[in-house]
Amino acid sequence: MVDRVDSAGEWTQSSRFPDEVLERVLALIDSHKDRSSVSLVCKDWYNAERWSRRHVFIGNCYSVSPEIVAARFPRIRSVTLKGKPRFSDFNLVPEDWGADVQPWLSAFSTAYPFLEELRLKRMAVSDESLEFLATKFHGFKALSLLSCDGFSTDGLKAIATHCKKLTELDIQENGIDDLGGHWLSCFPESLTSLEILNFASLNSEVSFDALEKLVARCKSLRVLKVNRNISLDQLQKLLSHCPQLTELGTGTFMQELISGPVAEFKNMFSNCRNLITLSGLWDATPFYLPVIYPACASLTFLNLSYATLRSDELANLLSHCKTLRRLWLLDTVGDKGLEAVGSCCPLLEELRVFPADPFDQEILLGVTESGFVSVSRGCPKLRYVLYFCRQMTNAAVATIARNCPDFTHFRLCIMNPGQPDYLTKEPMDEAFGAIVKTCTKLQRLAISGLLTDRTFEYIGKYAKNLETLSVAFAGSSDLGMEYVLQGCQKLRKLEIRDCPFGNAALLSGLTKYESMRSLWMSACNVTMNACRVLAKERPRLNVEVMRDEEGGDDSQAHKVYVYRTVAGPRRDAPPFVLTL
Amino acid sequence: MSVPLEHDYIGLSDASSLERSTESSNINVFTLKATELSLGLPGFGKNSEENAKFGPVVKNYMSGAKRGFSDVNFNGSGPSGKWALNGGSEADLCRGVNCVFEKNQTSSSDVKPVEEEKKGPVKAQVVGWPPIRSFRKNTMATNLPKSGDVAEANLGSGECLYVKVSMDGAPYLRKIDLKIYRNYAELSTALEKMFSCFTLGQCTSNGIKGRDGLTESKLKDLLHGSECVLTYEDKDGDWMLVGDVPWEMFIDSCKRLRITKGSEAIGLAPRSTAKCKNRN
Repeated sequence: MVDRVDSAGEWTQSSRFPDEVLERVLALIDSHKDRSSVSLVCKDWYNAERWSRRHVFIGNCYSVSPEIVAARFPRIRSVTLKGKPRFSDFNLVPEDWGADVQPWLSAFSTAYPFLEELRLKRMAVSDESLEFLATKFHGFKALSLLSCDGFSTDGLKAIATHCKKLTELDIQENGIDDLGGHWLSCFPESLTSLEILNFASLNSEVSFDALEKLVARCKSLRVLKVNRNISLDQLQKLLSHCPQLTELGTGTFMQELISGPVAEFKNMFSNCRNLITLSGLWDATPFYLPVIYPACASLTFLNLSYATLRSDELANLLSHCKTLRRLWLLDTVGDKGLEAVGSCCPLLEELRVFPADPFDQEILLGVTESGFVSVSRGCPKLRYVLYFCRQMTNAAVATIARNCPDFTHFRLCIMNPGQPDYLTKEPMDEAFGAIVKTCTKLQRLAISGLLTDRTFEYIGKYAKNLETLSVAFAGSSDLGMEYVLQGCQKLRKLEIRDCPFGNAALLSGLTKYESMRSLWMSACNVTMNACRVLAKERPRLNVEVMRDEEGGDDSQAHKVYVYRTVAGPRRDAPPFVLTL
Repeated sequence: MSVPLEHDYIGLSDASSLERSTESSNINVFTLKATELSLGLPGFGKNSEENAKFGPVVKNYMSGAKRGFSDVNFNGSGPSGKWALNGGSEADLCRGVNCVFEKNQTSSSDVKPVEEEKKGPVKAQVVGWPPIRSFRKNTMATNLPKSGDVAEANLGSGECLYVKVSMDGAPYLRKIDLKIYRNYAELSTALEKMFSCFTLGQCTSNGIKGRDGLTESKLKDLLHGSECVLTYEDKDGDWMLVGDVPWEMFIDSCKRLRITKGSEAIGLAPRSTAKCKNRN
């Protein structure tokens, strides 16, 4: 080991390894958090890391510019890019806000001509961009689009037509203009490399003939999620070609006509020995559901969130699914269905219960606190829950926390804003207090119901590992937000809507926001002046205010989006976005 | 022989007819529940145990028929108000209410459920709340919850379609709302439940083991089992076999249903008289 003194007069040790060896070693590190740590060790390691990195994850597309990324990482093959604030999923962000993927593609076409994978979430994607992607990147293999908008099925045509080495086409819930299913017929006969195909969220019918041929010739296909138009007997034909599937999304799970003898479906899944994920199951009824029983024994993820099952139907199904780790349901299964979950699925780690009829104002159906408690009793390994309900009690949540202390993600949505504990009529403060006190590993929390500043006091005091917090219709004063900003050291994303937090609260986080990815505040009590102060004090933050469409008081800042950036203010901001 | 009692469409009937049907014992508990006095929207009877835990007691009103509730409205919410009741006998209404109060121990409020429901006009929806992505919202909106225990928050799917169902030899007829079923399978299940108390032993399919191995041909066997044939009277007054035409066409043209038995079921081979299993 040779010691040297560098230019700053510090002792350093030069690396024993040639750079190439270090790069090879570092190439084995996948986690981008680890890679960040590696890059901070010393200059040699920083360089080795940047040359060895193949995948870059950009959590906020405006936090950095394409040029900066390209300059730092010369050998990227795979990019994950996220754009709009999460509340854009719920129509809180106007159209044309930004997050256009094209500037990235343009930069990448020169910097990474060998780009293979692109995963986009909440980005604005046009058909022209998809065509650009398909034609400029000759080795392109994998495209995943989630919650994006601005494109149509014509863009998919371009991908299908030109990407000769395509292994993955994963189209999830997007704002896509569905002009028809012809895109699927654009896959050439020569394309045999497909491993993942997901078009479950597209409504138009595709050519079954083209699909069947595609599935038959892609011997490596392991994930297939078809859309609702694919019938049961069509599905059966498809499965006969790809028994090696590990993930399947079915089409409609019902046949209307009783038109004479129909091929039996009960053997449909008997050859699918590798199936671990099952979804789709649109319109599933007890008549056809037993068809999937043979596949249930090996399932680890079952997505029933589009099947309006009743409690008894679910119970029958779950009795076959003992190894489930992840389960998504509709609240039509009711508390009784959740009891079945508790008794059948002891290995369950993730549960999501979606409302079948979210705008039903009356507390008629769905699930209650009792269903959640039943699950917690039977499934002590639960770590991720998303639960939509219309009533809850503090006592129930306390019980749940005791039963499941390992929660990392706790998202509770009591659908009526500001609703108290329905038995005691008290705020739901103690519920979330119990969660943060007991579940020390908590990373993500979404709160709801009637909440005072006390909830935030608890969160600030106990939720030391919290990274993401979503707040709506909660809190009594600025103190609430201040507690969180002061107490939650690991906080990265804070999104707030319709809360009485004002300027003092906003400015209390002055020194904190640079350690976070972003802050969203809408319909709170923040004024333009406070935003200007923040912007002035923290030049490395972008403080963006969206004008209220309906006019109104210009001094109120209706929607505020604050994020750290090394790229400076946005150059593509639309007129309604003011960067201060 | 007593005059067959026709059930009115709220599903209220004499206690005596309930007693008559209790001889079929346990498996018909659920059938009994279907005829139990209560108020509310259709197809909910099966869910009454689930609903028992719900806070607002009024939820337990969800068994029985849908129609005929248009006269009296709770909280003035107009014809679309779910809680509109018609002038059924007061005694029957109270009976329903009392049943429900007894069942529901978890609700702490002794406020009359009716008043609890009185939230005034439907609240305006808040933008972006509840936080559900558009894709799911749109999908669930077009995926109107249909039969079973899934409520329809508004009766927006149109009028109900009540038809009489008669079974040969049964002491009284029933009425069902065809609109709440999605397909023949569900209709068959419902009819089976409804009429299983009338020694439906003959009306079963050979070799049904739970639900495994059920195919459409066997379904047809069920509907048109050796001893039972399900027929309907269409708009022209002709008696037709159920199952030939698409479901939508069927419910458009069906005026009444008839389950024929025994010697009237000409041309079908006899089967074993296994007891008709309750499909619940």
